[in-house]
Amino acid sequence: MKNSLYIVIIGCGRLGSHLANQLSRIGHSVVVIELDEESFNHLSADFSGFRITGDATQTAMLKEAKLNKTDVLFATTHDDNINLMVAQVAQKIFKVPQVLARVYDPRREEVFNQLGIETICPTSVAAEMFLLAVASGRAGGKDAKS
Amino acid sequence: MKVIIVGGGKTLYFLCRNFAAKGYEVTVVNRNKDECIQLARQLSAMVVHGDGSDADILKEAGAMGADAVLAITPNDQDNLVICQLASIQFGVPRAVALANDPDNAEVFDKLGVTAFSTTHIVGSLIEQRASLEQITNLLPVGEGRVNVTEIVLDADSPVSGKRLKDISLPENALVAVIIRDNQPIVPRGYNELLAGDRLVLMTLPENHGPALKVFTGERK
Repeated sequence: MKNSLYIVIIGCGRLGSHLANQLSRIGHSVVVIELDEESFNHLSADFSGFRITGDATQTAMLKEAKLNKTDVLFATTHDDNINLMVAQVAQKIFKVPQVLARVYDPRREEVFNQLGIETICPTSVAAEMFLLAVASGRAGGKDAKS
Repeated sequence: MKVIIVGGGKTLYFLCRNFAAKGYEVTVVNRNKDECIQLARQLSAMVVHGDGSDADILKEAGAMGADAVLAITPNDQDNLVICQLASIQFGVPRAVALANDPDNAEVFDKLGVTAFSTTHIVGSLIEQRASLEQITNLLPVGEGRVNVTEIVLDADSPVSGKRLKDISLPENALVAVIIRDNQPIVPRGYNELLAGDRLVLMTLPENHGPALKVFTGERK
């Protein structure tokens, strides 16, 4: 794998900007696409990547971000359907090698895994951790009971 | 036929009215509660309030036994996901998405979802009409690989008065129907073309221009 990756992030909310800041800091080339220009304020002062203001569901936007040369794409907007659409377009049309989409709705996640789209569902992840905490007895405080 | 239409606005309203008139069983899915109430009053269709890209809502709308799902919301991402859910999760045989961004029509096709773009259709219609007044109707079929065109022959037409077999047509072009005095005729070679006839032509896009010229002649 190359040392410096070309990474495109869709959405500059809490998750998108956090990823962008971290990845830019460790030396990757990062491009963030966001519809609302004000959201770019979430990026830190030392963010050295590019910002593109626009709608990622328009293929022209993705071309502008040079998706054909992209190594990794993260779709992190607050709209599951935008993430799922952009992820599919990136993977199947622009042949981006690694694509990840955030999907809030766990039921939607299943369908898109069937389509070969890799997803991360914060709801499922959090639920799993809560359940794990209960199972390991941490939730109630083991010491209190024993 | 059972059809689910997801979307809103005038297009949806008139589409539903049209389908209902043909005897289709129509279910509408719309996210806006007020619009749902309006639609339920105006249409003889079942109206479901909710997000059409949510599997539960599609199920409530009867996706399980639907023959077709039509997604015509103003958001391309929603239309794509609705159609994919309908075909993957519910096995709906026909799912068609509106591509608001004309570039997405091709994108959706590549992702396995049948799509259409009103911009494409209206655009080509206007272009064709602007270039030739005699064309009264143009319909792309087979994803735009075949054109069905209706033209009117006037007295200046180089083919009026000629028999069909004496007209040299380019390949891949066919006069499918002649409409004369409101009577449709499926023509044979011996049929004569007359000024005032309305012809229905089938052409492939590559021969569309040359074929039209045979009937209308060179004009400016």
